[in-house]
Amino acid sequence: MDNRRNYIDISVTRRRCNKFRRRILDVSLQVQALHIGSAYSCVEIVDCIYFELMQQGNGDVSPDTFILSKGHGCLIQYVILEELGLLTRSDLDLYCTSSGRLGVHPDYGNPGIAASTGALGHGLSMSVGMAYAEKATGRNGTVYCVLSDGEVQEGSTWEATMMASSLGVSNLVAFMDNNDLQSLGRTSVTHPSFYPVPDKYIAFGWDAVEVDGHDSQAIYSAVVNRRGDRPLMVVCKTIKGKGVSFMENVPMWHYRSPNRDEYLKALQELDQVQS
Amino acid sequence: MRNAFSETLYECAKANADIFIVVADISPAGSIAKFQTEYPDRFINVGVAEQVMIGIAAGLALKGCKPFAYTIATFSLYRAFEMVRDDLGFQNLPVTVVGMGAGVIYSGLGGTHQAQEDIAIAGAIPNMQILAPCDPLECADATRYCATQTKGPVYLRIGKAGEPNFTENALEPVIFGKLRYLRRGTDVCILTYGVIMKLAVQVADQLQAMGKSVSLVSCHTVKPLDRAGIVQALSNHKHVIVIEEHVPQGGLAPQTKQIAWDTGAKCALQTFTLRDEFIHNYGSHDDLLAAHGLSFDHVMKTVT
Repeated sequence: MDNRRNYIDISVTRRRCNKFRRRILDVSLQVQALHIGSAYSCVEIVDCIYFELMQQGNGDVSPDTFILSKGHGCLIQYVILEELGLLTRSDLDLYCTSSGRLGVHPDYGNPGIAASTGALGHGLSMSVGMAYAEKATGRNGTVYCVLSDGEVQEGSTWEATMMASSLGVSNLVAFMDNNDLQSLGRTSVTHPSFYPVPDKYIAFGWDAVEVDGHDSQAIYSAVVNRRGDRPLMVVCKTIKGKGVSFMENVPMWHYRSPNRDEYLKALQELDQVQS
Repeated sequence: MRNAFSETLYECAKANADIFIVVADISPAGSIAKFQTEYPDRFINVGVAEQVMIGIAAGLALKGCKPFAYTIATFSLYRAFEMVRDDLGFQNLPVTVVGMGAGVIYSGLGGTHQAQEDIAIAGAIPNMQILAPCDPLECADATRYCATQTKGPVYLRIGKAGEPNFTENALEPVIFGKLRYLRRGTDVCILTYGVIMKLAVQVADQLQAMGKSVSLVSCHTVKPLDRAGIVQALSNHKHVIVIEEHVPQGGLAPQTKQIAWDTGAKCALQTFTLRDEFIHNYGSHDDLLAAHGLSFDHVMKTVT
């Protein structure tokens, strides 16, 4: 349904994602608390939305909207907004400090942040309202919303799921960062009835597809090849902490910051991928 | 009162294409049918799903629309509380959350449908404004305010249906954030808001019949409260009476007491509220109020 090219330049995308992971690592050194694992698991998703999917508008304003419903992963959004010039290097350097304006969750009013998130189960409802407004006002922008898999346990998310298809917001594209890891364990163990995931959305009148969430081309293709007559859920199979071996699938990295040795080791791994 | 709300909202929606209403399987009667027929795209019924009602309203407001979210007060404010706080309060969005049938108006439906602590809950949220009109006429003014204001969220506490008007001959118009004198006197001042104005009018009439000079005030803007106006009321009268259909904590009564203490008020001050109890009585609205001491006889016995 989309008049876009079928393929993205995957080498460019990989370099960009690696650069973002390294920048996140830099920022993570300066603070005690963050969600580096959560950010790393959705790097390719958020990168694809900003650089391959969202339309370029006049100046900084895209006619499309990005909502990070899993607000705790916002370091990836911050480093992308820095890359786009909406946030400054100083903004990132002052992350979580008394003189800065960026915290652990996105705050509406900061440049490039379309809604405050952090409490889970809010973003999809707001995205439905925004997508509906885009249609009702004839602007017809697309709303891209990234959810965590854990937050889909919130009942409010299912209220929004039901309403998105009932209201026919075909301009809503949601992504689930399905890293299968939340604070107290594997989602697939605690909530086996959640699987297979796409079926749930199809049953609710959505278009749904499952992809490798670190394969930018697969994410891109899922969106540009969507049906287009209903909301889309792209279930992205991801690895929490993706990109740094000792962070991958280790729940501790939901919250922890690396120490100096861990930082250097992580940087080395990312540099190897880069080269 | 809800008819006045829906008629006014319909009029506002005719003039402003940004006005939306999101309801949760409860609809204000009257003109809302016209709204729905003429502007079907701006009428959204989410069904029995209040969290997404507030979330969608927030999303609409983030895109520049002026949404109203409407259902029974317990559900619009309590069920969806975190959405009201985060999506509307924290983001400071101009969304009106209508709490219909607030207080204990749903007298026969029991405690699950009674919102007797809504002012305390809504009032605790930074950025939240609270309007509680006392009759259909005031409700129309309050609705017009909500449809045009851009400051932030509003909790609009309204009654149900069939309330009489008390403000046809009010001395002053409705001005947001200001006390509204319906009558002016020098001896006694009755401060109240919402549909319990009915009881306040009865008390005022009786006190006047007994030779007192009585002020009767609609405190329609419960937040931000007109503190300067309260200070004046406390200093200009010998006796101030607060009548409130709300639990004793977090409403007009404790705020008036606080202002009286802070300013060293010399007048007598008596407050009448619901008790800090859930209500297990049934019967009429008046029956429930009376069970908590909000009856004409009890108030008159106490104030004279």
